[in-house]
This record gives sequence, C-alpha cells and structure tokens, in this order.
Amino acid sequence: MGLVDRLRQLRAKVPEDDLEGRTQALVVQGNEFGFDPFGLSKANLKYAITVARWLYRVYFRAEAHGIENLPASGRCILVSNHSGQLPFDGLVIAAACFLEPKQPRLVRAMVEFFVPTVPFASYLFSRWGQITGTPENCRRLLSAEEAVLVFPEGARGISKPFSKRYQLEDFGKGFMRLALETGSPIVPVAVIGAEEQAPAVNLKGVAKLLGIPALPVVPYPPFVAPWPLPVKYRLYFGEPMKFTGDPDDDLDEPVKTVKHRIESMLHVGLREREHVFW
Amino acid sequence: MSSGETTERSIPRPRKVVITGISGRFGRIVARRLHHELGWSIVGLDRRQMHGRPKDIELHQVDLRSKKARDVFRAGDIDALVHLGVMHDPRARPAEIYSWNITGTTKLLEYCQAYRVPKVVLLSSSNVYGPRPDNPQFLTEDAPLLAAQRFPEMRDLVEIDHMFSTFLWRAREIETVILRPVHIVGPVHNAPSNYLRIPRPPVLLGFDPMVQLVHSDDVAEAVALALNPGRRGIYNITGPGEVPLSAILAELRREPRLIPHPMAKPILSLAFALGISSFPVAELDFIRYVCMVDGRRAAAELGFRPRHGLRETIHAVDDPV
Repeated sequence: MGLVDRLRQLRAKVPEDDLEGRTQALVVQGNEFGFDPFGLSKANLKYAITVARWLYRVYFRAEAHGIENLPASGRCILVSNHSGQLPFDGLVIAAACFLEPKQPRLVRAMVEFFVPTVPFASYLFSRWGQITGTPENCRRLLSAEEAVLVFPEGARGISKPFSKRYQLEDFGKGFMRLALETGSPIVPVAVIGAEEQAPAVNLKGVAKLLGIPALPVVPYPPFVAPWPLPVKYRLYFGEPMKFTGDPDDDLDEPVKTVKHRIESMLHVGLREREHVFW
Repeated sequence: MSSGETTERSIPRPRKVVITGISGRFGRIVARRLHHELGWSIVGLDRRQMHGRPKDIELHQVDLRSKKARDVFRAGDIDALVHLGVMHDPRARPAEIYSWNITGTTKLLEYCQAYRVPKVVLLSSSNVYGPRPDNPQFLTEDAPLLAAQRFPEMRDLVEIDHMFSTFLWRAREIETVILRPVHIVGPVHNAPSNYLRIPRPPVLLGFDPMVQLVHSDDVAEAVALALNPGRRGIYNITGPGEVPLSAILAELRREPRLIPHPMAKPILSLAFALGISSFPVAELDFIRYVCMVDGRRAAAELGFRPRHGLRETIHAVDDPV
C-alpha cells in the first residue's frame, strides 16, 4: 500500500468527537467567574481541547486500551512512563481521558517548577488545569476528588536517550506517599510511541557545562527536538491498584509493584505493535 | 485599678483597645467596627491627625518609641492592642521606616508585657510568604516567610511578623493573634487597592496569576473576631475566592498596559524615579507569580467568613475613599 493511500485511509478513520458536549459534561468546581481554585477555566479549556484532539486523533492517531479502568469519578492517581524529549505523552494521556470514556475526565498533570516563570505557559497551563508539581497541590486536588497524572521518572525519563527506550528510569516515591495519605487508587498507564517521537542522544558533558539536567540532540535538523515525529501512540490503562499502609514506611516495595506493572504493560504493548508509525 | 486585676473584673465597663495606625483609612474602618458596633472604648496611637474623629475616641499623636506612648499603657486598663501601624511607604527613607517599624513594635510588645495587656493582634499580610514560581497554590500558616529574600521592602513586615510569632510563644499569658490577610481592597490606600484604581495598570505580558482579594470590612471583622477571648495563633484571612488578575481588571473595566517582563523593571524604575508612577518596582512579582493562602484555619478556629461576595469585593476599590 502506498503512502498516499495509507494517509487517505487514516483520514477516513478519524472518529467524530462532540467536544462541546464533553466540555459541558466535565465536572469542574468553578466560582461565579468560571475559575476553579487552581485557575482552570472551561471557557479557555475549549481551545486547548481542540488542539489536543487534533494531535490525538489525527497527528498521533492514538489508541487507548483499557480506558474503562479509569474511574468515572473520585480521586485517582495516574502513573505513567515518561519519554520522548517533549511532554506530548502527558497531553495524549489527558486527551484520552477526555475523549475516550463515557464520562470525560480532566486529568491534572504536575508541571515543572520552571513553567510558572515562562511567559504565557505560566497562565495557560493553569487555565487548562495543569498545576505546579508540589505535594500540597496534589494532596488538595485528590481531596477534591480529582484525577492527577504523575510521571515518577520526571526529567530523567523524558530526557532519556533513544538507546534506552522502553527502559524505565528510577521511580520517585512521592506518588506512593500521596496515594497512601489520601487513599487514592493508582491507575498504571503505559505509553508506547512517545519514545520514537524524537529519537535523541544525550550530550551529558555539554549539559553539565551548561548547568542543565540533560541536553538531548536529535540526528536531524534542527537537532534539538522542537516538534515530535508523527508516531502512533498506544496507551494502555491498567486496572486500578489499591495500596494501604503507613506513608512513612519504606515505600520501595509498593513503588516497585507499580513499576513492574507498567513494565509488563509496556512489554505486552510492544509485542502487539507492528509498526512505529502505523 | 491595679494592673493585676485586668483579667478578672467585676465592674462592667467597656473594654479598652489601643489601635496603632488608627488615622489611616483602614485604621478608621477597624475603629468604627469596634467602637460603634461592638462597644469597645478606643485609644488611638498615630503620628498623624485623625480626620473626622468622633469625640469619644481618644487619640494620642505620639511616636510609638516615645515615653508618651508608654504612658498610654501605664494606666494598666488596656484590654487589647491592635497593631496596624506598620509603615510601608515606597517614597520614605528605608532607615527611617525600619527604625519606626522595628523599634516601635519592640517597644509596643514591651509595654504589653510590662502592663499585662491580655491580648495583642497584629495585622500582617499574606504577602509575607512571597510570590514564587514554586509556591503551592495555597500556602498554609506554617509556610516559611520568604518574601524578604527578594523584596527588601517587605523585610520590615516579615520581621514584625516574626517578632509577634516569637511573642506568641514567649509571653504565654498573653493571647497573641497574627492575621495574614490577602490583598485588602476597599476604600483604603494600600498597594493592591491603589494598583487596581489605575485606569491603565501595567501588567506583565504572558503572566496572569490567580489572585485573592478580601474586602476591608471583612478584615475589620476578622480583627474583631481575633479580639474574642481564647483566640490565639496565626491565621490567614482569605476573601470570597480566587480569580486571575485579568478577570479582576476586566470586571473593573481597566485597560491593562502590557509590558514584556524583561523590560518591566527598567521602565517602571524610570517612571518611579520621575514620579510618574508610584508602583513599587520590587513588587512586580506579585503580578507575576501566585501568592495565595489557605484560609481554612481562620474559618474553623475564628469562625471567620467573608461577607462580601467576589464581585462586590472587586468593585470595593472604586468605593469613595
């Protein structure tokens, strides 16, 4: 099959979405000005969703497996692998949670501390429900029965070189602590595809000289990865995992359990995958 | 009456409160609330004249550091101190302000301890936490007071806040209350109200932090609640909700002047030096990053609820001063 045919076929397969209806159906606690305490605004969210849907349906042609494992309401922590130099995995997970289940959910991702210092990103992220990644914020949202997305690998995961694709970095333990403190179930998520969106090598030495955590370079111009390749995203949502115990205990074991679950979901997904781009 | 009997009194007489900074607009609002509505007898301490002072309000136009200020407490019949007299004037000499604020407050606390004033209330501000990119969305009373790190202008208030929190533990026989309200708006002169009154206020291009406002009358009510016996501790005082700065400016029909943030500092410094604007340049971060607080403790322990709604509070800046 030629490339043109393939593209034409893909275009015909893009499902319709009732974005307006889904936005209305979102459960958001807002005040008379339409803002929730974290600055989320449904009116502003519409624009973001339009773009996110295009990326999700058309550009990445994402597939979400096991979306029924996402609780329709109530607190939960989505824990996912993080990869691909650019945080499109977060966007795709959020789009899946908004577009795929019967009851759309707004996933609130924890963003890095530098984001509030960047013009426009500083407030746009918050209008779209994304929040600065402090444990206090996370605790507050979970107590308000929201869904929070966490990448326990953090910057280590996203700036990983291509040679280490689908190998999980060490998991931070903060998410498990929060899950135990707030009694929130953990929904493991495996993202396949993001690893190939910007295949990079990490120039560790130069990064150290520049004083930044990582310097990923892609082998094609412009060498830094400003835009991802149109890979196909495959998301696997696992069954919610419930943990009990003292949050001050050693959390190595339960964190390992979650990490292994995501690892095995990644293996299954990789076995099922026939092509990176289709 | 000797000072030893101040806590247990058989003859009912109006309780007496000393209010520093009473001549300011907010001082008058607090005095009105305590005097007219709650029947406190008021003693004002301020260097300034108090315009339209009712005859039954005593005013001592003295320096807090002077012996005359001490004499106000010496009679031993003071039931409470409300300290509003923290000076914050961007155009005054920093050394003078520092001495007034810090030495003045030290003296006040000395008098309160020496003459057994059973209750002291400080009106601090939630600005003491400082606006920072890594702030959690809602700071609790236990958060460190980091504002002084980046704003020398906030140093005095942070230091006074610390002095009172030390006093809270040092003088256990005195009920110390520190109130840290969010931006107070209303018919008052303070940085946030003045800023919101500018027809074309400067805003930073690409930044639009969530902001909390509280009506000046609601803060006066919080002061009244803090004076109730048995209340001691540190309380954030929040208003009716959180909104982005842009929504407030739109509601007030202001036309913001967008300034790219790297240029804001030089432009506003120049405008300040030329006397065109009084916008305190160091406080630009307040329109850049969030500095919001969690007011649940005041709701639970003081029973504080803001009476003014969000829209009403925003429009209060346009009330005649």
